[in-house]
Amino acid sequence: MGSYIGKSVKRREDARFLKGEGKYTDDIKLPNMTHMAFVRSPYASANVLSVDTSEAEKAEGVVAVFTAEDGCGQYGVPCGWQVNFKNGETMREPQHPLLAKDKIRHVGEPVAIVIAETQALARDAAELVAVEYEELPAVTNPKEAMKDGAPKVHDQFPDNMAFDWCIGNDRAEVEAALEKAHHVTELEFINQRLAPNAIEPRSYIADYDVNGDKWTLYTSTQNPHLIRLLMCAFVLGIPEHKVRVVSYDVGGGFGSKIYHYTEEALVTWVSREIARPVKWTADRSEAFLMDAHGRDHVVKSKMGFDKEGHIVAHLTDEYCSMGAYLSTFAPAIPTYLHGTLFQGLYKTPLIHLNVVAPFTHTVPVDAYRGAGRPEATYLIERLVSKGAKEMGMDPAEIRFKNFIEPFDGVNQPGYQTQVALQYDSGNYAPALEKALDAIGYKDFRKEQAEARKNGKLLGLGISTWIEGCGIAPSAVVGALGARAGLYEVGHVRVQPTGKVSVYTGTHSHGQGHETAFAQFVADRLGIPMDDVEIIHGDTEQVAFGMGTYGSRSLSVGGSAIVKSIEKVLEKGAKIAAHKLEASVEDLEYAGGKWTVKGTDKSISFGDVSLTAYVPHDYPQGLEPGLDFSSFYDPANFTFPFGAHLAIVEVDQDTGKVDLKRFVTCDDVGNIINPMIVDGQIHGGVVQGIGQALLEEVVFDESGQMITGSYMDYAMPRADDLPMIETHNTVTPCPHNPLGVKGAGEAGAIGSTPAVVNAVVDALWHLGVRDIQMPLTPQRVWKAMQQ
Amino acid sequence: MRISLTVNGKQYSHDVEPRLSLAHYLREVLNLTGTHIGCDTSSCGACTITLNGDAVKSCTLLAVQADGCEIVTIEGMANGAELHPIQESFKENHGLQCGFCTPGMVMTASDILKNNPNPTEEEIRHGLEGNFCRCTGYHNIVKSIQQAAEKINQ
Repeated sequence: MGSYIGKSVKRREDARFLKGEGKYTDDIKLPNMTHMAFVRSPYASANVLSVDTSEAEKAEGVVAVFTAEDGCGQYGVPCGWQVNFKNGETMREPQHPLLAKDKIRHVGEPVAIVIAETQALARDAAELVAVEYEELPAVTNPKEAMKDGAPKVHDQFPDNMAFDWCIGNDRAEVEAALEKAHHVTELEFINQRLAPNAIEPRSYIADYDVNGDKWTLYTSTQNPHLIRLLMCAFVLGIPEHKVRVVSYDVGGGFGSKIYHYTEEALVTWVSREIARPVKWTADRSEAFLMDAHGRDHVVKSKMGFDKEGHIVAHLTDEYCSMGAYLSTFAPAIPTYLHGTLFQGLYKTPLIHLNVVAPFTHTVPVDAYRGAGRPEATYLIERLVSKGAKEMGMDPAEIRFKNFIEPFDGVNQPGYQTQVALQYDSGNYAPALEKALDAIGYKDFRKEQAEARKNGKLLGLGISTWIEGCGIAPSAVVGALGARAGLYEVGHVRVQPTGKVSVYTGTHSHGQGHETAFAQFVADRLGIPMDDVEIIHGDTEQVAFGMGTYGSRSLSVGGSAIVKSIEKVLEKGAKIAAHKLEASVEDLEYAGGKWTVKGTDKSISFGDVSLTAYVPHDYPQGLEPGLDFSSFYDPANFTFPFGAHLAIVEVDQDTGKVDLKRFVTCDDVGNIINPMIVDGQIHGGVVQGIGQALLEEVVFDESGQMITGSYMDYAMPRADDLPMIETHNTVTPCPHNPLGVKGAGEAGAIGSTPAVVNAVVDALWHLGVRDIQMPLTPQRVWKAMQQ
Repeated sequence: MRISLTVNGKQYSHDVEPRLSLAHYLREVLNLTGTHIGCDTSSCGACTITLNGDAVKSCTLLAVQADGCEIVTIEGMANGAELHPIQESFKENHGLQCGFCTPGMVMTASDILKNNPNPTEEEIRHGLEGNFCRCTGYHNIVKSIQQAAEKINQ
């Protein structure tokens, strides 16, 4: 019993998934259920002149057809984060309608919905809705959107700008330092738009109960409570207690299932209109068109160094697309989740970032694995490696030279960055040292020179990364513009028999909470893991919660559970003291029992639990029961960090990049389940590699998405990849009880610049200094020819 | 159209629309929802089953094309509570996270190992080319199949 923490306990959720018995939303069938299909705009920018639904209404199996005229969700979908202009002006916030009425602002925007007895009949009838459009010019590139005369996305915002924001030191001071710097390295590139591509397409079922005037919404979401709040209070005006939101098994999220989507509100609205359950499941084309995308920054950066290679200043200007509307967290991504990481791992004394965020005729951009932090890490790590090589310095050496000194956040204070946040704890050099040893860095240059003689182009790339996660202290995020608190709720219900039900407001869509959470709960209580169940994803069972994103589940959600466990043990001790006829001060709790210190008198957790529910012989004045819920609002973000190294070979003739090795050394604080943490790193690393080498959402001039299927959008496949060699250092988080920092996004944050740095290293002697991502054979080959 | 086929050892006979895909037939008519649908271009492999012993993507076939065929879906792999060695290896090696691609991965793995009982890492990766996983980076899926090969060969 006990000591589950730190062990690779196999996952209890696996059996159902392996047998095909997972319960994803699209697997649910309700009696009398109808199906919804969308009529979507084929244009990116258009006026809607007319919508004729008469033929569709007459079609076989059709229950109803609705358009914007029918008054669904008149307030539109809200944005959850307000980022103001640097001059204090309020962020510009257009209405995001559930169905487009007069104007189309991106391809796929819905104009009408058809409800029918089967999915096929709904789709057939949707084809019969006749919409007359007047196509208008579109703009999809965020920098182009800011030019005079660019097509307007929203007529009321003629300059297309959502906000113009900055962070860091005074711009003039940073510019002056760059003027005086010994060497300045520059980069101009696009951090390309990506489609998140969880393999399960989004799926929703709303079931309205006429007699109870209540709904159940089954949804593939990362945060059921947040969806309920946003949809009820801001979109549909339904009392919150009348809606139960359930998300059982969810097939991957990566950010894309955080947001409250228009389709969720529409099924809920329709279900009441027709008094029947309604289901909608996206197909992959709809997923490409409608799921919020990630990245899409146009970047111009400068980094200055002194003679010894110390960074003296960093200045970046970016255009970061919001898409056509402001998605739930969108304004926070290129600002507070991006600019606040511009310190990196380095002592850079002067930093300035300016972000112009325009609207474009594209699907909204929001958090995608890493959300703002991969974009920050990419540009910093490319600048550091490029600067080092231009100055004839070793890219590893320059990093060691610039690393912030170690600090544990207890004996030494946290590190105050130039960009608002204070790092919790860090010890950066050992992570890089360990990764360099693992890859055999010392011998690599010899190997590279030898290979070059034999006509082989080998390269090694380094990236050392940091992220702010465990999002986050409500007071801080509130000051930064969040319109919600970001605490978490953990409820521990001890059953009369001493079995424990834990309800968490976080949500697992692959992260293994049912196992990892049970590990630390069992350890804290000194009981077998089998006695602990973890429940999530149902607003009727879990009192409240903010969901899972930003690598927050364990650091914030786990800490809330720990708080409740402490309350259970505190009350349990009073019951134990009564039964043992001792004082609470004389008791110690270990191995699942309270013992009177220095004696063999003890009482088990199970016996105390039973006494709490059968309180015949019980402390006077103490309430029966052993059931506690806690809200935990963290003291700070957590700041995991690490080093990622890639070795690539570039084909001389074709420019194809072969990723030979990928080595990580990540520090995510204390580790509860190493198997799960490694799995998170593997997956994140490969998503980052996908960005470096393969993935890109491309629009044509009219705003048409030309990568709207898996035939056109290149996903990483098994045969594109090597095994991922993972290592760890452990620097505990000083401010949460588990000492954990979070591992969900680490892989995706560190890996992309490591791969690109490796390819540039392989081609440096040919004069190649930068290549635009994704590094397709065509782009690499072209770079080699120039 | 009337079709008759065997799925996981059981005989079925149904009247189906000619345009009904085999994946939808399995999910909607037989309620075998372990076969997942992740795309519309037969690219992702989440719907992989075996048809007369070979792995196929059930979204590429119409139900009527499966008339007279013998099909195994993910639900037919375990023997009651006892997992198939491939399923067991996926569990032991953390070869799944969200579980959505998993049924297709297991069915593809069974095809890889049927045709090549001792595959190299490269052969496994090549064999998985038609199945997408967004969670695992494939690392532990490859390890799972390596271990399953050992188990089956014992």
